[in-house]
Amino acid sequence: MGQITLQGVQKSFGPVHIIKGADLDIADGSFVVFVGPSGCGKTTLLRLIAGLEDVSGGKILIDGRNVVDTPPAKRGLSMVFQSYALYPHMSVRGNIGFGLKMAGLPKDEINRKVEAAASTLNLTPYLDRKPRELSGGQRQRVAIGRAIVREPKAFLFDEPLSNLDAALRVQMRIEVTRLQKQLGTTAIYVTHDQVEAMTMADKIVVLNSGKIEQYGSPLELYERPANLFVAGFIGSPKMNFVTGEHAKQQGAATIGVRPEHLKIERDGGGGWQGTIAVAEHLGSDTFLYVDAGPLGMLTARYIGELSLHAGDRVSLLPDSARIHRFDESGNALRR
Amino acid sequence: MATRQTQLLARSLLTPAVGLLFIWMIVPLALTLYFSTLHYSLLDPGSESFVGLENFRYFLTDPAFLASLRNTLVLVGSVLALTILLGIPLALLMDQPVIGRNFVRLMVIAPFFVMPTVSALVWKNLLMHPVSGLFAWLAQLFHLTPIDWFNDVPLFAVILIVTWQWLPFATLILLTALQSLDEEQKEAAEMDGASAVSTFIYITLPHLARPITVVILIETIFLLTVFAEIFVTTGGGPGLQTTNIAFLIYSQALIQFDVGSASAGGLVAVVIANIVAFFLVRIVGRNLEA
Repeated sequence: MGQITLQGVQKSFGPVHIIKGADLDIADGSFVVFVGPSGCGKTTLLRLIAGLEDVSGGKILIDGRNVVDTPPAKRGLSMVFQSYALYPHMSVRGNIGFGLKMAGLPKDEINRKVEAAASTLNLTPYLDRKPRELSGGQRQRVAIGRAIVREPKAFLFDEPLSNLDAALRVQMRIEVTRLQKQLGTTAIYVTHDQVEAMTMADKIVVLNSGKIEQYGSPLELYERPANLFVAGFIGSPKMNFVTGEHAKQQGAATIGVRPEHLKIERDGGGGWQGTIAVAEHLGSDTFLYVDAGPLGMLTARYIGELSLHAGDRVSLLPDSARIHRFDESGNALRR
Repeated sequence: MATRQTQLLARSLLTPAVGLLFIWMIVPLALTLYFSTLHYSLLDPGSESFVGLENFRYFLTDPAFLASLRNTLVLVGSVLALTILLGIPLALLMDQPVIGRNFVRLMVIAPFFVMPTVSALVWKNLLMHPVSGLFAWLAQLFHLTPIDWFNDVPLFAVILIVTWQWLPFATLILLTALQSLDEEQKEAAEMDGASAVSTFIYITLPHLARPITVVILIETIFLLTVFAEIFVTTGGGPGLQTTNIAFLIYSQALIQFDVGSASAGGLVAVVIANIVAFFLVRIVGRNLEA
């Protein structure tokens, strides 16, 4: 079991409030991603759950038990660190088995569990190597092995893939997701990469300057962002925001349209008109950055190849069903 | 150094420096070698004559040689052990966030900047003096008989002084190593359920293996040649109890005025230093491999 509940969790370092009261309910077996810009407190929140930092207020319940005064090792969680934090002088076997050794398990049981974990992660041939003799991806897997071997209530991942190159990151992303589904263990995963968040999560927590902006499934966040921040943070390229006259017509202070929901037409009048400043041709997609005069810069995305170039005049027609409306304080207006 | 021209240029520019260093080293060594084969007494100038290996035989069969060799090894070994055993806890303490940490660090490092002669004088006259020393006063406070350090336990007294001088060095090296220990590793150990003691044994101590090696190697080089502390405090005595190899060579040359056998002793000391270095590198040197 690994059901984690946060109730009004606060953290301040001196006068600086890092976490300003977080309430969250994480169901057993779910994969929850904390995402947000740097400095938003997502790593701090993870460390509070881990017990590496003490809370300044509020409760953290693991399976219904308040653990704010429980030391990290007793919370039954295991963590994968950004730097992997492998013990450099121990072999892979020693690294994975260290937690079990500290728990005082008999040697043959440790060996059995370490070998089982290693075979799950394809690390068996490397068991007697030192961390420095492994590649980045293998080290990453050792760090994960160290986490799974203790059969924790939940895994905590602190930006574990940020030190890998792009290709390996995609591969490890899939491996981590598959492993989590296979083990059925609750996982909390911190990242600043919204693509990782969207692809891996059952539910995403969007954090901004110590506040939870929205908590929901990836598509919920994409389709119904609660406010301007979430709307701008989720989705790539960023959502276009338009204020002023066009927004007023829709009864909102700001309206937002995602680049993929703008229909592109060659200068036909109607819609929002502008000149292409930059056109990016990726083959699979075409991104147009359009200077729309009073509306500012707009981004439009076309699936497939579109032979338009910088300097061409275009008109952009927003899909009226997929316009997001926000009030003065930035909160979403529902239809 | 890609082309032949730049290689040639580099070599010709380096030659003077390398040559000078070579001469700097080889001339004294050659002279010492030469003197070690002479009967050469300062009391009897002009009577120098070639005596072959007679000086070596004389130096090595002198009963003072074995005693001073033993003293040298005891001194080096004890100071190494004490500086490391005391240096590790001191470094661990200084790694903790305390008020006035920078000042504490400065104070701990200070003894390293005191000249050996000065510190030996302070220890001899202000601390260990059997009548007016601080230790004697403390002993009397508890109605104990003051220890006459340089008569009762002369070698131990010298070891204490030298340890006091080298403890800051060991502490400093170990402290910098502690500061480079990855914080996340300690946290990982904490998550793994390691107690403070286990973290020290399994994480901190292996991390310190390399700096400990560095401390051992560097201190050994200097401790083999401890001289001022002995000269100022005990003068090698009582008897031969605090005479080490360096002091023995000094007494051959400038107390007995026998340059020939002092030179032979100097060469013997070089050989001993090399033997010690050989074993040290074999024992602890593998810690230095990356």
